[in-house]
Amino acid sequence: MASDRDKSGRPVVVVTGMGVVTSLGAGKADNWDKLTAGKSGIRAIKRFSTEGLKTRIAGTVDFVPVDPLTSPALAGKLAEMAAEEAVAQSAVGRKGHFPGPLFLAVAPVEVEWPQRQEIARASGANDQVTYTDMIRAAASGKFRHYHERFMFTSVADGLVAKFGTEGAPVSLSTACASGASAIQLGFEAIRRGETAAALCVATDGSVNVESLIRFSLLSALSMSNDPPEGASKPFSKNRDGFVMAEGAGALVLESYEAAKARGAKILGVLAGCGELADSFHRTRSSPDGKPIVGCMRNALDDAGLTPADIDYINAHGTGTPENDKMECQCVATVFGERAKQIPISSNKSMIGHTLSAAGAIEAVVTLMTLEHQRIPPTINYNVPDPTITLDVVPNVARDAKMQRAISNSFGFGGQNVSLVLALEPA
Amino acid sequence: MAEAPREAWITGIGIVSCLGEGLDAHWQGFAESKRVIDAETFAPFIVHPLAPVDFDKQIPKRGDQRQMEPWQRIGTYAAGLALDSAGAKGNAALLGHMDMIVAAGGGERDEAVDSAILSQLPKAAKPDQFLNDRLMSDLRPTLFLAQLSNLLAGNISIVHGVTGSSRTFMGEELASIDALQIALARIAAGQSDITLVGGSYNAERSDVVMLYSFGGYCLDGEFRPVWEREPKGGFALGSLGAFIVVESRAHAQARGVKPIARLSAATSGYSNRQNPHAIENELERLWTRIAPALAPEGGAIISGASGAAPATAAERQFLLSHPERPVRATATLIGHGIEPQMVMNVALAAMAVSRGKLFPPCAGASFEQPMEQALRQVVVTGVGHWRGEGLALVEAVD
Repeated sequence: MASDRDKSGRPVVVVTGMGVVTSLGAGKADNWDKLTAGKSGIRAIKRFSTEGLKTRIAGTVDFVPVDPLTSPALAGKLAEMAAEEAVAQSAVGRKGHFPGPLFLAVAPVEVEWPQRQEIARASGANDQVTYTDMIRAAASGKFRHYHERFMFTSVADGLVAKFGTEGAPVSLSTACASGASAIQLGFEAIRRGETAAALCVATDGSVNVESLIRFSLLSALSMSNDPPEGASKPFSKNRDGFVMAEGAGALVLESYEAAKARGAKILGVLAGCGELADSFHRTRSSPDGKPIVGCMRNALDDAGLTPADIDYINAHGTGTPENDKMECQCVATVFGERAKQIPISSNKSMIGHTLSAAGAIEAVVTLMTLEHQRIPPTINYNVPDPTITLDVVPNVARDAKMQRAISNSFGFGGQNVSLVLALEPA
Repeated sequence: MAEAPREAWITGIGIVSCLGEGLDAHWQGFAESKRVIDAETFAPFIVHPLAPVDFDKQIPKRGDQRQMEPWQRIGTYAAGLALDSAGAKGNAALLGHMDMIVAAGGGERDEAVDSAILSQLPKAAKPDQFLNDRLMSDLRPTLFLAQLSNLLAGNISIVHGVTGSSRTFMGEELASIDALQIALARIAAGQSDITLVGGSYNAERSDVVMLYSFGGYCLDGEFRPVWEREPKGGFALGSLGAFIVVESRAHAQARGVKPIARLSAATSGYSNRQNPHAIENELERLWTRIAPALAPEGGAIISGASGAAPATAAERQFLLSHPERPVRATATLIGHGIEPQMVMNVALAAMAVSRGKLFPPCAGASFEQPMEQALRQVVVTGVGHWRGEGLALVEAVD
């Protein structure tokens, strides 16, 4: 039987429960069927008027009713669904008591336009509405519920109440690497021996008008509105930006020792995590690729592996011209001659870019990829980019023999995190 | 097998608030009970404005400053002070493996744009389209990044070159309670050698006064020390920046750096506040965890009490059960800066133990007792106005 400790004497960390919600559907089974069938969850936005906007599509989760709809309310609901699936699968602890801490990747929370308009109306100001008017209305005591709703802690608070995680929850954001950072924090806590289990959740429900416009103003979004399902085209020459999307991913991490002791089914091993920040620019990667290369190498080192041990790469693969170019360049640097033989695919071609949730959703999909020995494709790959010479698993799912994979997550603000995931050793 | 926990030193401090910049200005401010408040701008609510700061000194490129909203500028500035104090500034090799955990809020608004849109929306023929058009044309493209939570860390990477790792924690007061707990745990376990921890807050913003006014948390009326604000309670938001460099003893010694203080413990808790005496019980639970390290004499408490009701009253009840340790609530003078508050108070605790004495009680705070004997240990409390509790222990290094 495989050892409970790694080569450095640290506890081996395994995954015993996983849950996922995306625009494709709720749950692992539904998502896996659609991901391997090459289906897209990207659609025209119905939630608010897109009149006059350059981008009018997103991977919204419209099948989960939340009323009144706010980003933290939807994020909280999606997180709860994903965590429920993960905790049920792991069967760790008992109902309402998860035996470990919560690490939650969540988008920044702020008051949104419908609420701002409500406060403005309540202020009674006639021609000119100022913040002085709105503060007066806010202080009337009629909007107490908005304090709680728009606290950053509010999303974690709902999960603590439902799942009974231990201690203080950690709410975090490393932009589009957040999901991977949440997993890394749980991984480190188990390695330190502080806990035998951790609940790592990442969620995003922020397709609202101002968030969409903010990314649009940074020229980050695809404007290929028609047809929506064709918009997200990572690695293609005609890629023109990412597609915002919503969803949540959850993983129950446990020490291998604890998981085996209770006879839990092992879904995979979290073999290593790497990170390295980039100081080049707020939204762009260092042109020499050193931070991303270093990040992947740190993850491999942390796992005690070499590039030769990796069988599949789950790309960050956003579909922006910049990201995909840099990521592929860096993969080529890290994996050298072998780079062209390692399949690399982007789940974002189908589910869009779930931002704060992406790192966890893609970790779940990566482990399903290893479990099923089948790689979800990069869809919408119709115009190859001659500068990208990697095997991007174009358009059609493929069976492959795989033991270990690396999943990349990169974000604005120079955030880079890579996870090394593996099947349980025989 | 697990090795013995490694000792963690505080080797750098960078703080700025309404009292000024650096340890001396804060020492002086607390010695004089210097009151710096603005009761006009957001009347009837009171805030503590940031002392004048020459941002050029830590953020030399104006282009960088323009990419930041005030809270990011305050934080990037304080981080620079901390790196200077730790002798780390400009040392690329050191900064390249320095970890970073930032406690951040975010969401700073362009108030003029909001006001203009809200004023005209009700008269627009097609309100939805009007909102879209105005946001597309009026929002500065750079504003998003200038207010985005993790971009304080991003700016510290860009301006100061800290790149070992970059993590941003959120969650109001819990953000820096969690940040300290995890930074210390990682250093103790050998997962990090040196970590920059901290955050910043800009209190001079209508949008945050509005946010906390929803819950009735902002202090209005007459200014009083945090202990004297019952029954209504209330905190005076304070603009501040606070970063510390936490480093393993071995790492600090290897590069010949003297400690300011030892960070001996950093705990976090999360009471269910629907339960009676939830805060008191949670603080007591955390206290039992640090109790083995507490000496019978030479100890004080620097409290993060904000003045919020009922959190501060509950904390006072808890503190009454530890009467041997004189208490100081710093928020009376520097205000409540939400996310970075716990790091600020740990920094002030390190300042006090490094000088071997506690600063005097704040004027008008009868709960705070004088302390004549030499100061060796400070327990720092953090109680979120809505959620979260924490205790840290800061000690003198001989």
